[in-house]
Amino acid sequence: MANMSQAIRLALHVGETKLNVTDIFGQDVGAPLGGVFTATQGLKTAWNSPLDERGIIGAAMGIALTGNRCVAEIQFCDYIFNTIDLLKIAGNTLWVTNGNYPMPMVVMTPVGAGIHGSVYHSHSFDAWATRLPGWKIVMPSTPLDAYGLMLSAIEDPNPVLFLKPKALMRVRGEELIPGEPSDEKTLKAMIDQPVNERERAKWKPRWPELPSFSIPIGQGKITRQGDAATLVSYGRTLLLCNQVADQLRAQGKHIEVIDLRSLYPYDWQMLKQSVQKTKRVLFVNEDTDVTNFAEHLAYRTTTELFYELHARPRILAGKNLPGIGLHQDLERASVPQVQDVMRETLELLDETP
Amino acid sequence: MRKNISQQPSSRRGAGFLKNAAKKAAKKAVFKKTTVTPAPKPAKRNTALPLANEILLTMHEHMVKARVLEERLIKLYRTGDAYFWIGGAGEEAFGVPLGMLTYKGHGPEFDCLHLHYRATPTMIALGMPMIDSIRLQMNRSTDPSTGGRNFCNHYCYPQWNVMPVGSPIEVQYGMAIGTGIVQRRLHQVGQKGISIVTGGDAGTAEGDFASSLIWASRPGAELPMLITVQNNRVGISTDYSSQHGEKHIADRGKAFGMRTAVVNGNDAIETYLAIKAEMDYIRKTGRPVLMEFMVSRLYGHSSATGANRENGEDCIELLERKMIDAGVMTSKKAQEMYKNFDEESKRIADEVRSEPAPKAESIWNHIYVENENADWRKF
Repeated sequence: MANMSQAIRLALHVGETKLNVTDIFGQDVGAPLGGVFTATQGLKTAWNSPLDERGIIGAAMGIALTGNRCVAEIQFCDYIFNTIDLLKIAGNTLWVTNGNYPMPMVVMTPVGAGIHGSVYHSHSFDAWATRLPGWKIVMPSTPLDAYGLMLSAIEDPNPVLFLKPKALMRVRGEELIPGEPSDEKTLKAMIDQPVNERERAKWKPRWPELPSFSIPIGQGKITRQGDAATLVSYGRTLLLCNQVADQLRAQGKHIEVIDLRSLYPYDWQMLKQSVQKTKRVLFVNEDTDVTNFAEHLAYRTTTELFYELHARPRILAGKNLPGIGLHQDLERASVPQVQDVMRETLELLDETP
Repeated sequence: MRKNISQQPSSRRGAGFLKNAAKKAAKKAVFKKTTVTPAPKPAKRNTALPLANEILLTMHEHMVKARVLEERLIKLYRTGDAYFWIGGAGEEAFGVPLGMLTYKGHGPEFDCLHLHYRATPTMIALGMPMIDSIRLQMNRSTDPSTGGRNFCNHYCYPQWNVMPVGSPIEVQYGMAIGTGIVQRRLHQVGQKGISIVTGGDAGTAEGDFASSLIWASRPGAELPMLITVQNNRVGISTDYSSQHGEKHIADRGKAFGMRTAVVNGNDAIETYLAIKAEMDYIRKTGRPVLMEFMVSRLYGHSSATGANRENGEDCIELLERKMIDAGVMTSKKAQEMYKNFDEESKRIADEVRSEPAPKAESIWNHIYVENENADWRKF
């Protein structure tokens, strides 16, 4: 099974060989490193840019304005903040020009905590991202979803922000990517760049034959079925929700878990139908909890489903802190952990109207 | 060894430069695809000026038209027909030659223009009809650039690779990198399109200007970019000399091994020749150039500074004097031209006033391609 880095690499390979991607670029994206998470190793159109986030986004916009397709990377989302006005412009260009200029570009960036990245390698960006009208925002939690969503992002004629949960980049999935060798060692031998410098100089990837596949943007996925409560999440915290649902199932409590996968547009119909069934909902993510994207979802749930709810919609998110501290006790205290999801879920189940 | 013409302002570069450039310009006066408005044939051939009469007359006509149009846009603001004015009145001697020399067309095989909000002269030279600018100023639904969504001078013409003009004063320098990257590849297969970016002196303090210099000059990956600055020595109300320690902004290009030039941007003839020479160099070598044009600001920055006539050398008067002295045109003809364009602009404004405003429900149009639903209430 591919891990998420390998899955993204496979998708980018399809992008540059079948979907007209001309440039995959950013800091350390090209040889010799192939990305700090190795997601761009061996790609023929990958190249290193100056260490200049504004230049990277500006260049991607310029490439998109010519109608060419590119995938640009900001090495960590912690460093994307100085591009925020460019992201605004990328999102509003089609609208401002009254339909004259589409902006077909993909920006990918690792997000979130979970790898002891300290203050400037642990930020989340989902709440900020959803305040960029005109963009589509995706965030996978499995390698297969990462693969399918990246292909959809490349094919989409609009700007798409691909948020990579960095804690999951080495996590393997449970589903094979179509065309992927079933043995992970075989895949590794085919597409992972050797660490040894001498071997690396001679190395060339051997890409598997990959049939067409995509996961539509805007489509969520029910990862656990249940009728007692709904947990809605994405990225790293989605896996925590799955864990909690599995533990509670053993106790006879059936929790439904929705992986939103796309933050904008989001799958409201899936969410709505689930909450109408369970009457209880908890939204989980790790961005700071003031002006959090889950607040919008909870607001909408309250507004549209108020008289069907048996409990107030809850949000479990990161604490409203200026940063994530390096020590593991600090990190764990700052963003949701599995025990936090369990506690909130149990409280949600116990709440009486 | 690359020629560096940046050592001194071009007005002091000596007659040799102008003479050679003039010869080249006379041989191939206008780039293949540039549209030039037909001009009346002069009674006698000019020998005193280094450009063909046809070019001079066309350039002058575009400059007058652009100036009159900007003055009309200001009047429309004053009469309450528009909320705001911002523009480039006084920069016609830069903008018009730029537009005339642009290899105009759609797609990266042609020049890509990353202009800023002082671009009316360039747009007129490219062939934009006055009515399109007035529609933009009066926020009509017929405005082809933005459909009534943005300020005047915020043009957008995909058919000529005029990229959307934005209000942030620096972002165009970053986007020009991207079109330059695409065009670099095309240069390798014989295409000659270049990326042209314009901006004011104040905006060069922003990081995106530095980005354009860095990315355009990466060793072995140089970009075919004409990076320009129109230096009117003031940013809204802040004096250039109070914020800039560098003698010339163009000097910054030297650190990147880039060819640079400082040009008297009020002299349309000198500007035409200098742009022509540098465009030829970029098309031939695929390498970037940084040009700084010293220009006047004749009506202030925008409504924010009153949009009143200010002191400063008037580039159109300067060109007219030269052309009249050389017998290329008469004072009477020039005056008639102003009058005719003024009447035309007034008539067009009356016409546009009756055109439909954008519909309120159109706010949801074009958030995504093909009007894909962007309203979360309807997911």
